[in-house]
Amino acid sequence: MLSAAASVAPVPAAEPVRSHADVGSAAWVAALGARGPDHDAAVARLHALLLRAARFELRRRGARADVEDLAMQAADDALVAILAKLHTFRGQSRFTTWAYKFGLLEAGVKARRRAWQGREVPLPDEGWAAFADIRHGPGADAETAELLAAVRVAIDGCLTPHQRAVLVAIALQDVPIDVLAERLGTTRGALYKTLHDARRKLRAELERQGLHPDGGSR
Amino acid sequence: MSDADRDRLTRLLGPAGPELTCEECFEHLDAYVEIELARGEGAAEAAVPGMGAHLAGCPACAEDHASLRALLSDARD
Repeated sequence: MLSAAASVAPVPAAEPVRSHADVGSAAWVAALGARGPDHDAAVARLHALLLRAARFELRRRGARADVEDLAMQAADDALVAILAKLHTFRGQSRFTTWAYKFGLLEAGVKARRRAWQGREVPLPDEGWAAFADIRHGPGADAETAELLAAVRVAIDGCLTPHQRAVLVAIALQDVPIDVLAERLGTTRGALYKTLHDARRKLRAELERQGLHPDGGSR
Repeated sequence: MSDADRDRLTRLLGPAGPELTCEECFEHLDAYVEIELARGEGAAEAAVPGMGAHLAGCPACAEDHASLRALLSDARD
């Protein structure tokens, strides 16, 4: 599950998201917040809905082994999370859409962790060496070569060892961020903050050198 | 610039503009996807600024976004 982290960057104010407050969503919230048979029936319906979402996600990812076990675990964990966070539902979407995202998140995390079960996360130096060894074909223009060379130097010179390890693992070695978070004993949000800070440093260094990776004029 | 080099730079440097955190992304994902499916990406980004940039920079959140979009689309069919 996600956890709190410092904001990575300020964003402009949003247009207010209109609250639907639709009848179906209100009925879900009322039933789940009630006691007795109505509550139990709503919990059972919600679990079935989450199971459907988890199965959908696991099949979409091509999971074949243990789909039912993983889907049930994901639905169970999502149900617990939803009941704990029910008071935070603001009606900015349908209740079922809000609930689905918990089921999909749990299924996605479990699928990624299962895919990496028993696999070593590559050492940062392996991915870094592969990037440093990249040779460009005759089609590579001088500006691209200059940019990539500057990025390599900046990764080496501007980042802390931890920032470099996280950047290389996620951006170059395709290690899923929640798998890396689990291995490092931290959270997805905290790791993304590290990744974001590393990227800001690299962009600042490129800017200092007058290089514009997004295609702006010098 | 080749597609491979562009992709490599994008992955290393991330989005240029301000972006949400993973927590903020998850908080607003349901509303964002409903607006996106009903009125398009521009309307969704106007409602949740910084979401598009975060989805461009965070592969895991991008997967969660694609999954919810696919599930809602599937449910509507």
